[in-house]
This record gives sequence, C-alpha cells and structure tokens, in this order.
Amino acid sequence: MATVLEREPKGLTPKDWASDQEVRWCPGCGDYAILKAVQKTLADLQADPDRTVFISGIGCAARFPYYVESYGFHTIHGRAAAIATGVKLANPELDIWVVSGDGDSLSIGGNHLLHLLRRNVDLVYLLFNNEVYGLTKGQASPTSPRGTVSPSSPGGTLDAPVNAGAFALGAGARFVARVADVVQGPMVEVLTRAHGHRGTSFVEILQNCIVYNDGAFDAVTDKATAAEHQLWCRHGEPLLFAGGTKGVRLVPERFALEIFDVGADGLGAEAALVHDETNPMLAQMLVRLDVPTALGVIFAVEAPSYDAAFSAAAPTRKPGLADLQRQVGGRTTWKIG
Amino acid sequence: MNEISHLVGAAGPDSLVVRFAGDSGDGMQLTGSRFTQEAALDGADLATFPDFPAEIRAPVGTTFGVSAFQIQFGGRRVRTPGDRLDVLVALNPAALKVNLEDLRPGGTLIIDTAAFVDRNFKKAGYDHDPRDDLDGYRRLDIDITKLTQAAVKPLGVGNRDANRARNLWTLGLVLWLTGRSRGATQDWIRERFAAEPLVRDANLAALDAGHAYGETAELPRLPEVLAPGQTAPLPPGRYRTVTGVDALCYGLVTAARLSGIDLFYGSYPITPASSMLHMLARLGAFGVRTFQAEDEIAAICVAIGASYAGQLGVTGSSGPGIALKMEALGLAIATELPLVVIDAQRGGPSTGLPTKTEQSDLFQAVLGRNADAPLVVLAASTPGDCFPVAIEAVRLATRYMTPVMLLTDGFLANASEPWLIPDLAALEPFPVRQGAAVDGFQPYARDPATLARAWVPPGTPGLRHRIGGIERSHRTGAISYDPANHQMMTDFRRAKILGIARDLPAQGFVAGGMDDRILILGWGSTFGAIESAVDRLRADGVSVAHAHLRHIWPLPANLGDILASFERVLVPELNTGQLHLLLQGVYGCRLESLTKVSGKPFTAAEIETRVKTLLEA
Repeated sequence: MATVLEREPKGLTPKDWASDQEVRWCPGCGDYAILKAVQKTLADLQADPDRTVFISGIGCAARFPYYVESYGFHTIHGRAAAIATGVKLANPELDIWVVSGDGDSLSIGGNHLLHLLRRNVDLVYLLFNNEVYGLTKGQASPTSPRGTVSPSSPGGTLDAPVNAGAFALGAGARFVARVADVVQGPMVEVLTRAHGHRGTSFVEILQNCIVYNDGAFDAVTDKATAAEHQLWCRHGEPLLFAGGTKGVRLVPERFALEIFDVGADGLGAEAALVHDETNPMLAQMLVRLDVPTALGVIFAVEAPSYDAAFSAAAPTRKPGLADLQRQVGGRTTWKIG
Repeated sequence: MNEISHLVGAAGPDSLVVRFAGDSGDGMQLTGSRFTQEAALDGADLATFPDFPAEIRAPVGTTFGVSAFQIQFGGRRVRTPGDRLDVLVALNPAALKVNLEDLRPGGTLIIDTAAFVDRNFKKAGYDHDPRDDLDGYRRLDIDITKLTQAAVKPLGVGNRDANRARNLWTLGLVLWLTGRSRGATQDWIRERFAAEPLVRDANLAALDAGHAYGETAELPRLPEVLAPGQTAPLPPGRYRTVTGVDALCYGLVTAARLSGIDLFYGSYPITPASSMLHMLARLGAFGVRTFQAEDEIAAICVAIGASYAGQLGVTGSSGPGIALKMEALGLAIATELPLVVIDAQRGGPSTGLPTKTEQSDLFQAVLGRNADAPLVVLAASTPGDCFPVAIEAVRLATRYMTPVMLLTDGFLANASEPWLIPDLAALEPFPVRQGAAVDGFQPYARDPATLARAWVPPGTPGLRHRIGGIERSHRTGAISYDPANHQMMTDFRRAKILGIARDLPAQGFVAGGMDDRILILGWGSTFGAIESAVDRLRADGVSVAHAHLRHIWPLPANLGDILASFERVLVPELNTGQLHLLLQGVYGCRLESLTKVSGKPFTAAEIETRVKTLLEA
C-alpha cells in the first residue's frame, strides 16, 4: 500500500516504533516475533509514525496497536476491516495496518474481510493464524484442522477448516502473501512488499500459540524439516525447495500441481514451474499446497484501490452557502403573507 | 364511535381529508404526492400519510397489496393527516375493503366500476358485490378504466397502456372535486416524460379528461376549504413541502457547513431508512459522502472509523438494523467519539411491520446496550422538525464527543408538510475544534465544562496515542483494569451525558402551561395528533396543556418540576408505554399512559377521548 509520504526521513529505529506500553503476550508467543518484524519494517521504510495507524479487532493479536508507537485503535471483534475502511476513506493520507487473527478475520469478521478484499481498500491486512482461539482459552478456530480436540470439541471438530489464502483469493484479493512468525528476514521482505502494494495487501502469518496450540506449524518452522516444508514463491524464479532437490511442476492432463524430485524420472530443475505472481490460477493452487507450504508473495497484481476511486468521485467544487440555500429551498415553492 | 364522528364534524369544513387507495401497482403514492403539491401551491396547510405494503408488487387485487396515500389540507392549520376520511378513492374492491371503515358517514366514495367484478370480489375476500351494502355515503361509481381508455385512444394508446394512466384520470377528477388547479401536475408530467412523448401525452390527456369529467357530469364539488387567493394561517415566508427524510438530510448537510466538518454516511439498505441513503448520495457536493456497507454492523463501523479519522460519522437504519449496531455503538461510547445514529422506527419486534410506523425503539435507543452505556437521544416531531433536530444531533455529538441517537419513524420519514424554508445564513455556526496542545497531551483529559475529551484524529503531528474498547485509564487512555478507574470512567461517562441537560433549553409548552390541570407529554411523531386534540379540548374549555420532548436523553432539567405540577399527566406513544416507564423510573411519579401499536399514527380523537375519560375519572 503505497501512500507516498512526502517528508524528511526521521531516522527512526525499530526501537523508536515501540510504544511505552508493556507487552503482555505469553512468554514465547509468536506475536513477539511479528511485532519485531513489523517495527523493523516500519523503521526500514522510514514510515511517518504520525500518519501510521494500527487498527485491530479482538483476540491476542488485536493488542498489537498498543505496542506500536503510532496512532492505534483497538476496536471490537471482527470489525477492524470495516472500521479501517472508514478511517481510510475519511483520510486517504493515512498509512493503515490492520492486525487480526483467524477467529477475528474468518469467523466473526469473515464478511468484512470479504468486502475489504473485493473493494481493495489501500491498507496492509495481517492475519495472525494460530489455528486456535487463544484469548478465550483454546477452542477450535475456523482454521483448525478437522478433528481438532479442544474444550469446545472434546470429540474433535466436525467442520473443515478455512484456507485463509484461498479465501482471500476467492474474495478477489490483489495481494496475497504468507509467512511464518519465526522467519524474520523474509517476513520483513514480505511486509515491505505488502506496504508498497496499492490496495489491500493480505498477509497470512503462521503464528505459534505456545499455550493452546504449541507446535502447530513445527513442520514448517523447525530447522530439521523447514527445507522440506517451505516453498518460497519468488516472481520469475522456479518453484524449487528442499535446497533445490525438489520442485513443483504442473501436470497439464490433470491441471494439478505435483511435487517431484529434481533428477528423478528425467525431470531436471527446468521442469519446475516458474512462479508468476500475477497468475490467479497458479496462486489458488499454491495456497492450497500443504506439504510444502507456499510462502512469500503468492499473488500480486495492480488494480485501482477503492479509496482512490472514492476520492476521485468526490465532487471537486465546494458549493457556497447560496448553493446550499438553493438546494434546501427546492424548486417548487410558494409564498405566504 | 358516535363521539368520534361528532369530533370529526367539529373539524369543520375548513379542511378535507382525502385518501387514494388502490393496488400497489396503481400509482397511488404518485397520485397522492402530486395532489399534495397542488394543494401546497394553492397555499393550503396540509399533512400526509403514505401507507403502503412491504411487498413491492403483491398479487393484484388482494387486500395485502393495497397501497394508500392520505392527505388532510385546508385553509386552517392542519396538524395531522386526519382522523376520518371525507373522500375515499377505491380503485378496486380490495382497496374498498381495507379503507372503508375510515370513511366518515356521508363521505364521498369514488370507485372504479370496471374493477368491481366477481373475480376481484373473490380476491378481496367478498362473497358478493360490496356495493350492495354501501349505504350512507355519497357515491361516485365511475367506469374510470373505460373513460381513461377513451381519453387516450385518439393518441393511439392501447387499453393495456391506457390503464397505467388511470391514476392520473382519478387525480384530475379529485382535483376538480376539491377545486384545486392542475398546472403543477401538467408541468411535472411534461418534464418527467419529456423523453417519452406518447406517455407524456397520454398522461396529460388522462389528467385533463378526469378533470373535465367532473365539470361536464356536473358533479357537485366538495365544500371549499381554501378559497381562491386564500392561504392557510401559516407564518409568512416562502414555503416548500418536505418529507421527514428531505428535512433530515438537509439538516445533516447544513450541519456539515455549520460545524465545518464533513460528514460520512455509512448505511445498509433497510425500510424505511434507505431513502436517507438515496438522498444523501445525491448531496455529495454539500460535504457528505455516502458508503453502502456490506451489512448493518459495517455501516456503523465505517462511520466510527470516519469519526476517528476526523470526519463526522453518521449511520442510519431502522429497528432491526440498529439492534445489529449496538456493540459498535458501545465502542463509540467507550472511546468517546462523535457519531450520529438515525433510527427510522418501524413496527417490530424482528422484521415486524417494515412499512408501518411505531415508536417502540425508545428503550433500544436509551438503554439498549450492554453495560452502562449512556448516549444522547433526540426525537423529531414533524417532517419539518427533522431539520433542526439533525443539526442539534451533530452539534451535541461534536461538542460532547458522544454518539447521538436520532429517532424518527416510518410516518415521519414519508409524511410531508409545508415547510418554511429556513434562512441558512441566520443559523448559528458551531465550528468544531480538532487537535490539542502537544505539551502534556492526554487523550482522555476532559474539558471541565463539558467533560468531553479532545478530538485528535490520526495524522495530527505529535499527538500519537492509542484508544480502544478495553477500559481506558482516565487520562492516558492506556488499558486499565484498575477498579477505581473503572468506577471513575463509568461515572464520567454518565455525568457527561447527564450534564448535557444544562446545555438544553428549558422544556416549554406547545399549548397551555403550568396552570393547567392536565398535561399531555408527547414525543416524536405523535406531535400533530396531540396538538390537534389539545386545540379542540382547549376550545371546549378543558384545562389541558401540551409539552413535547425533543430531548429524550438526557431529559430537560426542568421536566421533573413540570410533571410534579400537574394533577394528571398523559403520555401517549406508539408503543406499549416506554417513555411512560422511563419517566416514572426517573422521577418516581405516577403518570397515565396511552398506547397504540396498530402500525398507524394516533388519531386526534383517540387522544381527545382519553383526556375526557381522565377528566371523568
């Protein structure tokens, strides 16, 4: 989301982006790493704290605005997308970040996220996905795998999970990315891209809940298995992973992606698909991969943002009092006395 | 009933009550609004009551598809659409069945005989021709359909299309019967159908033919209620007609100008509030932007977001939609952001009666949120009163950093009346200040006079801060679970709203005063019915006063003294007694309640009868 801020760089460091509030997440929570990456991104971007607004709903992630030295609005459950829309339309100069969780975004706030994405309001939307309701003590969330045993589902959940990225693409998102909490460097890169994109930049962050769902993403984030599970999508580069020993190719007959071992069955590295972040069909297939998990900027296309269109549609001429008097007076009038 | 007809008789020949009724596809609303315009331009005072079904096009000929438009007009002050009809136009048997009971004995009944056939009797639920039972009315049985067809035939218009001009033929006839001119309607037809010459000419021909019919058939005209050149005794000035929606939207854009703050209207379509969205969407040049949200919750949330960002957020809906907004409204109360919420009340609960009027959201407005969540509640009393009340809502919201709920209803939204066009230059501006001194800035520091915090939108240099729905520390706004702080903040929120009473004019009287024996205390759209009833009662020598609340919460500071000084206080309202219960709770006094929830406004006679009963008790 590129609101070009015309100002002198202030030389702010990540530390300057920390507010005076004591951070109150559980020790070891993945949110700390995300906060750190966001503060670094803001410092790298030399963003203007006075024009930066963090807006959140309800949930563990939603405390985020209190911890960033900018303007912040901690709102109500599920509605951050709608409130952020109002903020952006009222003042398009603001640089808005929405921070949300899987329950906030995909259960109670699903409708607002859908419409935010289809409208393409210019802001960054961070969805911290920990596949559990943390703040209410561990119930299954809309992204929990089927069969999840939780206090509200002692026999295991019966419902199929939402795939956040697939939902976003289905809603018409023009920017969809995915990262994990522990991968600091790439997260800053992705957040920088997201911030630079004009329109709603949707970033799903796989986030570990150390208390209620510890290890949910271990396969993706553990050093031992990460290479086999992380498929980094970079525009124009082949979709290879596991140190280049594996690749993702298209099987045209089935119109499906297939994982292959580089060198086996006569398939070299050149058999791998080259990532095209502007291809919505490829993006849909990539976000649905389980092993490996697609990370990085999966989809990004340029499109007009809603707020730009909204501003452009604003009447340019500000009528005077006489015009208003004429309007209020109407066309058909009569005189008494 | 005898008493009521006597009372209507007492209304005298200085006003007439006419109701046009037909199928929802017959154009009755258009017919009524054109008639209204003609009466207004002739200088009449008037009040209208459009009454239509929720179904867009219910099955033709059924009673639930009947649409009606009622107007009372005359050369005297007219406060209500009228209790009983002097003239009923029934374009089919269903319209007759639904409306006949309101026609006074001796009243004029106009029916289209072409529609009075067996098939339509069955659809309306009659087992025989209802005309057999119509005694005691002045009957005008006319084959309107055939006469309309004949009128447009020379233009080459077929019967099917001709039937669509039936309403204008009828309008022409009623204009003639009531001695009204038809020039404004002719102008309107020419402009409206400029691009469709055949439709234009057919409508003009039908209008003229209906008018000429009255003359050539030598039908006796109705009593003259407004002589040529006479005007109703309204205050001098230039007038137009407005509906409540018109006046409310003009009030909002005028408030934008007076406050210097742009408005942001977020809304989701709902009857009868959608027309505000439609109208404001056309007024974009005057400092209001509109946004059709994905649902009711988003509609208030975008408004809250806009208020946070420095515009004034406004949202409008009706009862069920307002219910959906309540959690977000609590956020605006907690974060102390200005906001205007318009509730065009309708019959409920649940979907209820979408197109019928009721005043049953008073509790929802004053009390309908989780926890102690006070806000300001205002109620408009007439269509024209929506203008100053909208301005007052914006003034209080911005001065006190609080949500304001503005109550209108389905009747006010659609009804129209003559409106003295306000001189906008004479209105007092109330410039709104945003920002604060950087040194020592604290987001929840309060102005000692108003207890309002400063309005500091994001983007203000050097005043970064964080707010939210979790209880806030009483100065910094940071999260605070401190028990004493929550007590203090709850007390602040309450004191801020109650303290607004000091900023309100003393409650006055519409008629009568403290020396009278009985007080009728009304609120909202019952104004006209109460005013009419009180006029008649006082003319009969009854010691009755009328006071009407604009400020529902906080209540005017002197209201307790007023209530205590009357022998009896009657609170009429279109619900089961909500203001009555609220006032008894606040003042600990005993009041009388008059309630009605039929989807229709009070008649003046209903109020008058109740006062007489009280006097006898």
